[in-house]
Amino acid sequence: MAERTKQIKFQLNRETYSKETAAYKPKKNVLWNSLKAFLVGGFICMLGQLIANFYMMYFNFTERSAGNPTVATLIFIAVLLTGFGVYDVLGQFAGAGSAVPVTGFANSVAAAAIEHRSEGYVLGVAGNMFKLAGAVIVYGVVASFVVVLIKKLIVG
Amino acid sequence: MQNVKKLGRQTWLFSKEIRILGSAVAVGPLEGQGPLGKEFDHIHSDNYASQNSWEKAERTMMRDAADSALSKSSLAKDQIDVMLAGDLLNQIITSNYTAHELSIPFLGLFGACSTSMEGLALAAALVDSGFAQYALTGCSSHNSTAERQFRYPTEYGGQKPPYAQWTVTGAGAAVVGEGPYGPKITHATIGKVIDLGIKDPFDMGTAMAPAAVDTIKTHFQDLERGPHDYDLIVTGDLGRVGYAILKDILADQGYNMTPVYNDCGIMIYSADQDVFSGGSGCACSAVVTYSHIVNGLNKGKYSRVLVVATGALFSPVSFQQGESIPCIAHGVVLEGGR
Repeated sequence: MAERTKQIKFQLNRETYSKETAAYKPKKNVLWNSLKAFLVGGFICMLGQLIANFYMMYFNFTERSAGNPTVATLIFIAVLLTGFGVYDVLGQFAGAGSAVPVTGFANSVAAAAIEHRSEGYVLGVAGNMFKLAGAVIVYGVVASFVVVLIKKLIVG
Repeated sequence: MQNVKKLGRQTWLFSKEIRILGSAVAVGPLEGQGPLGKEFDHIHSDNYASQNSWEKAERTMMRDAADSALSKSSLAKDQIDVMLAGDLLNQIITSNYTAHELSIPFLGLFGACSTSMEGLALAAALVDSGFAQYALTGCSSHNSTAERQFRYPTEYGGQKPPYAQWTVTGAGAAVVGEGPYGPKITHATIGKVIDLGIKDPFDMGTAMAPAAVDTIKTHFQDLERGPHDYDLIVTGDLGRVGYAILKDILADQGYNMTPVYNDCGIMIYSADQDVFSGGSGCACSAVVTYSHIVNGLNKGKYSRVLVVATGALFSPVSFQQGESIPCIAHGVVLEGGR
């Protein structure tokens, strides 16, 4: 009957329950997760740099013009990995490391397209492709507008 | 005292000898590789179950489970008076199509992951009251259809927290009626909706534990029983987080669950399978109950088991609108032997 002498821990009401149970959830290892994100994200960026150098060295692109084919190549690789079911495994491991680079954007578009293929090409694939990526586009555009506005007002 | 059908407000007592005459389960590959794999009737080697969509795969599994449950009970589908089934998809579409294929009078259920025991309790009640001689009950879930319904596309590389759960791919079905053999359904405790304000849809174990606590406690009080009256008490899909919370809350209230308590979401996968905090989904409790627990009761490994299926009754819209997750749990008592 040791249980009974223990002080009652659970009030079982809406105000306190979340706090009472917080300790039961396994903690996210923030340091380890950040390190994984840093390494994978950094590796993807390094890959991008290698691809850019490749285009500059063999196809006479300049540092400025190599950007477009490099991004296209990264997107192609990410879409391929999404189709083979690898990118979501990488995403669980790397978190923001694989979500933030352009490959993560490509993954969100490709994943939605694959997912909704069974509902047809128009309403399924096309209608849902930007379900997740749409938010990135909207807030990307809004944020860049705000940044440019600030720059104009301050720097002139 | 023969006519007493109700104990307290929530517990039903079945007066006839109602049994699970046959039960069967179908699962996907991951579940087949789990520790209970040997006890499953159908293990599909791929998540598509040789279909061209995951929705059809889920339907195939429900049909597999229903067909095998019927053949194990030696009954034809036209001898079944009513089918009670549900799943997690919009408009419980898997059950609707399966009921059409089977052509059995159909009552669709939605109790999220509590559907397994909701169906079993209602099937027993309909047989007990004489509205059905034989009833078929079942439910299904599929990892990929549930992800699409409630979360993100399957191949999307989002990171899930360690307390998330893995939706079980599979289906379970049981034929209920009076008969000479099979686990006896003696009582059912119908749960109330409990919501203690958890809003994180990944944190289902924490959200659902109080509903299971409420049902289990009410069950003990209505029947004047305790954990020691059972060989096994399982919850449906609380996972490791909810399992620990439930045990501690009930310990607070004077019930020591440790010797008899387990959770289907923990039982169905082995520790080295990467399923976060455990299994979830309608199929989780159905697959474990209609294979491992029914087998255990038939073979004498268990003599009395309480299955408490837990359900999170939220919708994708409700949690996006910032509402908390209402939860429910239904308990059914199964007794072994002849």
